Amino acid sequence: MSMTEPKGTVSVQELIAKKSNRGLLAFLDKWMPKILFAIAAVSVLTTIGILATLVVETYIFFTHVSVFEYIFGTEWYPFANSPSYGVLPLVVGTLKITGIAIAVAVPVGIGTAIYLSEYASERMRRIIKPVLEVLAGVPTIVYGFFALTFVTPILRSVFPEISIFNALSPGIVVGIMIIPMIASLSEDAMTSVPSSMREGAYALGATKFEVALKIVLPAAISGIVASTVLAISRAIGETMIVAVAAGSTPGFDWDMTGSIQTMTAYIVQATTGDAGYGTTNYYSIYAVGFTLFLFTLVMNMFAQYISKRFREEY
Amino acid sequence: MKYIDHQSVAANTKSRIAKNLVLKGVFFAATMFGLIVLAILLYRVITQGSGYLSVEFFLNFASRIPEQSGIKAAIVGSIYLMLVVAPVSIFLGVGTAIYLEEYAKKSKGSTFIKINISNLAGVPSVVFGLLGLTIFVRYFGLGISILAAGLTMSLLILPIIIVASQEAVRAVPKELREASYAMGATKWQTILRVVLPASIPGILTGSILALSRAIGETAPLVVLGIPTVLMFTPDGFLSTFTALPMQIYDWTLRPQVAFHHAAAAGIIVLMALLIFMNSIAVFIRNKYQKRW
Repeated sequence: MSMTEPKGTVSVQELIAKKSNRGLLAFLDKWMPKILFAIAAVSVLTTIGILATLVVETYIFFTHVSVFEYIFGTEWYPFANSPSYGVLPLVVGTLKITGIAIAVAVPVGIGTAIYLSEYASERMRRIIKPVLEVLAGVPTIVYGFFALTFVTPILRSVFPEISIFNALSPGIVVGIMIIPMIASLSEDAMTSVPSSMREGAYALGATKFEVALKIVLPAAISGIVASTVLAISRAIGETMIVAVAAGSTPGFDWDMTGSIQTMTAYIVQATTGDAGYGTTNYYSIYAVGFTLFLFTLVMNMFAQYISKRFREEY
Repeated sequence: MKYIDHQSVAANTKSRIAKNLVLKGVFFAATMFGLIVLAILLYRVITQGSGYLSVEFFLNFASRIPEQSGIKAAIVGSIYLMLVVAPVSIFLGVGTAIYLEEYAKKSKGSTFIKINISNLAGVPSVVFGLLGLTIFVRYFGLGISILAAGLTMSLLILPIIIVASQEAVRAVPKELREASYAMGATKWQTILRVVLPASIPGILTGSILALSRAIGETAPLVVLGIPTVLMFTPDGFLSTFTALPMQIYDWTLRPQVAFHHAAAAGIIVLMALLIFMNSIAVFIRNKYQKRW
């Protein structure tokens, strides 16, 4: 179909075509998606960088130390004259901290979430939630300072057999650090339970506690479990609190009162100058880092799986 | 005929109500636990550290004598660090968010990027330190410099900025974009002149919160090998430096109690900085963020 134009008028198309910056605009519209894609690729490159770094250096480590000794060895003495590289003491140290932290954070965190979502007034919630966010925003070095100079002395005055560096104090403080995470994610899961379900239970004469326990908790369980698993992952990867307050003596036992070492704390100790470039100790940092990375990766993926697989849709 | 045994109902109800009351108290106590710990932490830090806060504390370098120790090198180093982290991480984060929200089609590629970002957010900061040590410090040969540490920190907080920016961009209503298209604007024009201005408050809020995470982060700096005692301030981005959390870490590890007080003073400065940044973020959120 051809257009017939009356004389003396200008076509809008021509006007647009005449605009001087049209070329630049076309150029930008063509190339910006590609430039932005390149920027978005940085996050993927970061992951590849982390994986490549860890895998390559860990591989070199395993040309010095047998895989079997590393995974199943129960002695970690990298700085001894005849060093031994069994990672299990570091893993046990990490598990001690994580176990104590979870024992503190899960009851308190879920209790907080229930209070905020079921009992607290809107006003209360609006005051308490930001304060909990502050708790989540405290730098971990500050928590480390708190563990060493406040929690440890208190524990030692109650149980004199505890040494200055121990698992208990940093474990408790790591637990305090992850309370806001469990509380806020669990509360999100609980408030997204539709109120019609609560009201159904109230109509049958249930008390608030019964509603919380028998209606809201089961309905929100996937979110609560996912938040706990994420918190476990955070506790496993927590570095400064344990580096300051847990000590540096890896041990293959379940003693909570003595000095321990976690995977993260070893990385800090070894990179603070005790391991020269190219030595077995240098590569051991990456082997431990890789182990730590795998632990947290499995936990994170497990959390994602739970929240997807078991989510109740309303 | 009696259908309901009122006595047993009353007995049953009483214990249930009592249980409800007791557990309400328990849940309330759980909520208070976190708040009380925070209060104790702040109280301890302030009572221990306030005696060390003076003008000299800001103007002195670290010293073997705790009373003469200061945070000059640390605070200047932290500022330099932020001068690298802020532009790099915001540029990368906002770019990624725009790509994912505006350009990426629902393909396997974009799903992969999203999964990758959420997994990256869960990687412990100490592992980012290992990445920075290997890639930036050694492979790129940047040495133990502000630039190397800044790039490492940027990657660490990148996922936070991406997610916050994505939310901000997503919150811009479709009608605004369509109005812009209807006026003949191209896609990039629409993004640059409509979507970005509308989402800037959200992006800024998220970015400031992410930066406040970076300013207190210690583990990657320790792994990179940032020194703790420096007698000079950096003279460029390739210079070595120390940062506020590193200085606090060093003082905390020392056995003398006097150094713990200096650490507490450093913590007061760090926390004041964080509260200041957070208030700016909250201010921007409350003042400029529109509900569409």
